[in-house]
Amino acid sequence: MSIVVESISKRFGSVVAIEDISFEVPAGSLMALLGPSGGGKSTVLRVIAGLEVPDSGQVHIDGEDVTHVPARSRGVGFCFQHYAPFRHMTVWENVAFGLKVRHRPKPEINERVNELLDLVRLSGLSTRYPAQLSGGQRQRMALARALAVEPRVLLLDEPFGALDAQVRRELRSWLRELHDEVQVTTVLVTHDQEEAMEVADQIAVISEGRLEQVGTPSECYDHPVNEFVLRFLGPATRHDDTWVRPHDLLLSREPEPGARPGVVERVVQLGFEVRVEVVYGDGTDSYVQLARRAFDDLGLRIGDDVFVVHAASQPAPTARGVGHL
Amino acid sequence: MRSEGRLFRSSLRLFGALYVGLLVGLPVGSVVYRALAPGIPSAWRAVTTPAGVHALVLTLEETAVAVALNTVFGVGIALVLARHRFPGASVLEMLVDLPLSISPVVVGLAILLCYSSTEGWLGPWLATHGVHVLFAFPGIVMASAFVSLPYVVREVTPVLVELGDEQEQAASTLGAGPWTVFWRITLPSIRWGLAYGVLLTTARILGEFGAISVVSGDIIGHTQTLTQFVDTDLTNFDPAGAYAGALLLGLISMMVLTALSFSRSKEKRSI
Repeated sequence: MSIVVESISKRFGSVVAIEDISFEVPAGSLMALLGPSGGGKSTVLRVIAGLEVPDSGQVHIDGEDVTHVPARSRGVGFCFQHYAPFRHMTVWENVAFGLKVRHRPKPEINERVNELLDLVRLSGLSTRYPAQLSGGQRQRMALARALAVEPRVLLLDEPFGALDAQVRRELRSWLRELHDEVQVTTVLVTHDQEEAMEVADQIAVISEGRLEQVGTPSECYDHPVNEFVLRFLGPATRHDDTWVRPHDLLLSREPEPGARPGVVERVVQLGFEVRVEVVYGDGTDSYVQLARRAFDDLGLRIGDDVFVVHAASQPAPTARGVGHL
Repeated sequence: MRSEGRLFRSSLRLFGALYVGLLVGLPVGSVVYRALAPGIPSAWRAVTTPAGVHALVLTLEETAVAVALNTVFGVGIALVLARHRFPGASVLEMLVDLPLSISPVVVGLAILLCYSSTEGWLGPWLATHGVHVLFAFPGIVMASAFVSLPYVVREVTPVLVELGDEQEQAASTLGAGPWTVFWRITLPSIRWGLAYGVLLTTARILGEFGAISVVSGDIIGHTQTLTQFVDTDLTNFDPAGAYAGALLLGLISMMVLTALSFSRSKEKRSI
């Protein structure tokens, strides 16, 4: 079921939360709303869910205009940032809630809840209360609860925001697998570009209430429409008065056409990558990220003279850095 | 150092016990002693006079109705205060707190002035429609509800604020209508705070004397509550009835207090 958001705007008092935002999420795909905290991403998600009414603009789900349909009749599954578990209910009762309020027959509820608890791997914990679960388990319970009512679309607000790094990575790939299995149109909000790149089919970059760019992760990463998107989606450094990816800069010991001469100021080992900071004659600097092997081949030391050139202006790279994708 | 600390703690405990003992324990003990001194059968006879039984029944009825009213409206007001920002919210909050600082006698007087069937603001109109507030059951309930208004609101509002509205929103995205959300999510979440508020309200109403004595007319066997029964017997030099009535009030309060400490421990555990 596709989602179409058409030039929605919303203000809270005198504060503009979102302004003139439009995008489309194709049926069955996963869209990430990416941007800095407080930029309006969650408001967009809440407008799609029906938890906020936009001041102007429309929301269509599966071709139907739902702008003024209350949240409970929209057929959306919503996962809150802090999961909003029903604290007085067990895991089983939480997941069954949506089916119970729809007065589904008991055998059907039992079957569906057990199926979902299997899916999110919580079958053994069905009689526990939310307070007795870990953060990751609560997150999975919230997902099962939202999926129980077979929503037309699934909306996730910072789904991994409150988890530690290790659990976060695990759940991320699990979510992608789950999405491929359940095939429900999904929109998730995140401020973590790595998370957006890893799980999403498409990314919508939102900042200060405005939509900056919509595209696949590689489109946004490789062809950012502006400096903000470039800098938000990955590492960036200054070179010749423009922002570039540090792994798109090439280092050489010999002068090359278009290359800027500089001096190695600092070398930082980052595991399989090395970051080389270069200062130029005019006092400006940039940093170059390259593979450990390429760095070792160059045999650079602090104080050495180097020449820096951008990969796009250099067809035959000498020491190409390793990209993130 | 350590023995000094222990000495300090145990003397602190002693002073605490002494203070509460002298202030509360001894007087209450003397009432129990005086009530039971002539023997339990005669204490029983003193409160089972027609006037005593009527006062007890009236007190229980009036408490039940006023508690029910303040529970329903108290939860409603708490929801409004916790969930909505609106002009006048602070005025509403102040009005809710007013009964805590205003003397019950003044409360009674205020009701008297408003509902007097000859010169009150609403009294004459109500009287022509056959409704008598003063010197009748409605007035007693009104005075009881007035003085005990803050307790449910004050107990439930912070629980609602702490709870937030995310669970309610989650329930609505899952297909629950407003009533279902209230009964299945909101009410179960505030149940122990609400229970505590209801019990405080009950305790407050059971002991109320000032406001009720102004509006009830204190008609024996008709509009006389237990506290007034005690007062009347005392002024009529019938100490046996006064002591026994006081003991009865004390016993009911003890039951409420026991329930209160139970609900408080539950409330603490559920947060």
